[in-house]
Amino acid sequence: MATGTKKQEQGDAASGQSSQASPELVVKDGLTGPEAPANGREFGSGRRNALKKYVDEEQLARGLGWFSIGLGLAELLAPRGVAKVAGVRGNTGLIRLLGLREIAHGVAIFTHGRRPAGALWARVAGDALDLACLGAAYASPGNDKARLTFATANVLAVTALDVLCAQQLSAEPEGAQTERGKVPVNKSIVVNASPEEVYRFWRDLENLPRFMRYLESVKETGEGRSHWVAKAPGGSVEWDAEITEDTPNQSISWRSLEGSEVETSGTVRFEQAAGGRGTIIHVQLDYNPPGGAVGALFAKLFGEDPDAQMQIDLRRFKQVIELGEIVVSDGTLVGEGYTEQRPAQPLGVGIGAGQLQK
Amino acid sequence: MRANCWYGKQDVRVEQVPDPKILNKRDAIVKITSTAICGSDLHLYNGFIPTMQAGDILGHEFMGEIVEVGPEVHDRKVGDRVVVSFPISCGKCFFCEQEMYSLCENTNPNAWMAEKMFGHSTCGIYGYSHLTGGYAGGQAEYARVPFADVGTLKVPEELDDEKVLFLTDIFPTGYMGAEMCDIKPGDTVAVWGCGPVGQFAMASAYLLGAERVIGIDRFPERLKMAREGAKADTINYEQANVYETLMELTGGRGPDACIDAVGLEAHGTGAHGLEYAYDRAKQALMMETDRPIALREAIMACRNGGTVSVIGVYGGFIDKFPVGSFMQRSLTMRTGQCHVQRYWKKLLGHVQNGDIDPSFVVTHRMKLDDAPHGFDIFCNKEDDCIKVVLKP
Repeated sequence: MATGTKKQEQGDAASGQSSQASPELVVKDGLTGPEAPANGREFGSGRRNALKKYVDEEQLARGLGWFSIGLGLAELLAPRGVAKVAGVRGNTGLIRLLGLREIAHGVAIFTHGRRPAGALWARVAGDALDLACLGAAYASPGNDKARLTFATANVLAVTALDVLCAQQLSAEPEGAQTERGKVPVNKSIVVNASPEEVYRFWRDLENLPRFMRYLESVKETGEGRSHWVAKAPGGSVEWDAEITEDTPNQSISWRSLEGSEVETSGTVRFEQAAGGRGTIIHVQLDYNPPGGAVGALFAKLFGEDPDAQMQIDLRRFKQVIELGEIVVSDGTLVGEGYTEQRPAQPLGVGIGAGQLQK
Repeated sequence: MRANCWYGKQDVRVEQVPDPKILNKRDAIVKITSTAICGSDLHLYNGFIPTMQAGDILGHEFMGEIVEVGPEVHDRKVGDRVVVSFPISCGKCFFCEQEMYSLCENTNPNAWMAEKMFGHSTCGIYGYSHLTGGYAGGQAEYARVPFADVGTLKVPEELDDEKVLFLTDIFPTGYMGAEMCDIKPGDTVAVWGCGPVGQFAMASAYLLGAERVIGIDRFPERLKMAREGAKADTINYEQANVYETLMELTGGRGPDACIDAVGLEAHGTGAHGLEYAYDRAKQALMMETDRPIALREAIMACRNGGTVSVIGVYGGFIDKFPVGSFMQRSLTMRTGQCHVQRYWKKLLGHVQNGDIDPSFVVTHRMKLDDAPHGFDIFCNKEDDCIKVVLKP
């Protein structure tokens, strides 16, 4: 799947590590040109690194939650078995109590939201207690030292995971933001039309609000400049932008003018899909989340998953190109981003009864 | 208008709702004359398909008369008598161009939801959860039909509703199930599930040249319909070991093709009892969403190098998939929501020629207002219920 390009890869790598991609490394894009693309390239590795940390800690927390519940149940229901494995003798009452604590930790992890940092720190405290019990068990002559050592090593390993997870959860979630606070969005879609048609539509920037849900209007003001108005809670945000690169039928780049309230830049590339199967549109967008109301708007628009939001807009773009309008259903007649749904029954209004399709 | 709305597990109600309106330029509004309850509606009824909302209008098998068209509808006009395909398809995208209509890229406004569940989205479907678009269904007096030029088929006046109604879904679905088996002369085809889709799969297997068709179910009335309506041999899985019986019938080789027309709510008794209990428990604990008892058996029974065709609906994830049997024995699996519009003209031809009368599956006819009763008896297999047709 040649959905990325060297240039995009560079952008991703840059966003993952350093925001300063050295200019001489930028390979002029061959994919959008008439020449056949070279094969044997690697794609996507930069992107994975950029998101890896964000994904892993939450998954890890859930894994540890299940582990807590599983171990807790074992301790509660089969304390003798657990004692045997751990190499300790006797105190089933204590082991049952430890089991109850484990279950409580597990439940806390699942009930304290998506980032249960507190519950993870509680697990760390519990680990300390377990280690203390195991330490005390060493002093008792009747216990199996080899098994105790094995059990202690396991608890230490889990403790390390707990500490790591708790630390990461305690840090603010960064989303896909990079060090400079820039949020990159990268998405692509295939459209059943030629690069020429698709380019022509996009180059008329005034078309963008037809499929980009957050835009109210774009007005071309001449000399490659344009005035953008976006919806915001209780009003709108405006900024001016300029086209920085325009290669007919291949790509368009733009950025907001210096001093704008919103700092944003983007590139869209039009790649002839293999086998004449239409055009692949690659959109790369960067923005610096501003503060205040505008920041709140962008947070809402691009939320936790800016790529997914862009994908929805690109799907709308595809519909506008292939069908001339955006397809609506009864269940999606309200709200932005289709995340808000109403029952799948007629609303009782039709075409022309307001901006239903926006 | 009156419409049958979903309110929760085993809770549907016929209520007064607003009339549908034209929302997109290629829409038509159809005044419904006949609508049916589909076996797959029972998955919604039993709460196995996520993303339903209280008030959703159900129903994806319906037909009627066009009473209004949008400005971009060119091949249909007010007054046309049409059947409506359950997949909503744009006719312009890559998949529609390949006649893979149920994979249309443009008709599911909630594609993002489906992508989370399935990795990719499928087309929009009437009255079938918000995962497939949140479209109001056709168990109602009227329905909005997007892309009317693609999603409706004109039917001749001389054919009764019941002879053409099932072109909307179950006849083409059964036919596609048989077509995917790549039937060659002399082939034996086994069909798990003798519900309406299974009946049409069996009948279609014969239309496509199968020598012998074997239907598997546990309800005597369904097995009887399979024998008398679809002319198949039958196995009652409560009374016989299905695998052993199939091997006995095929000299130990197994059927050339196996069709799963059961889907995610398979039952099991007798030899299947333990397996059923296992899947039921895992489903209750949300460790799997679907019970693949029929699918497992179809794979194990299929002859080496044969084809397993899956048209019963699955929605999520299963456990203990016999991948070893599937891989080692060169099996082919083919699946899909039916690409109805690819088949319906041809199947209408079969109906007109008298090759088949699809109305043989109908056991119950009632008023739209009785839809909740229809769901109840269909779900619980009471009163020998196999197929319910509702009249608004």
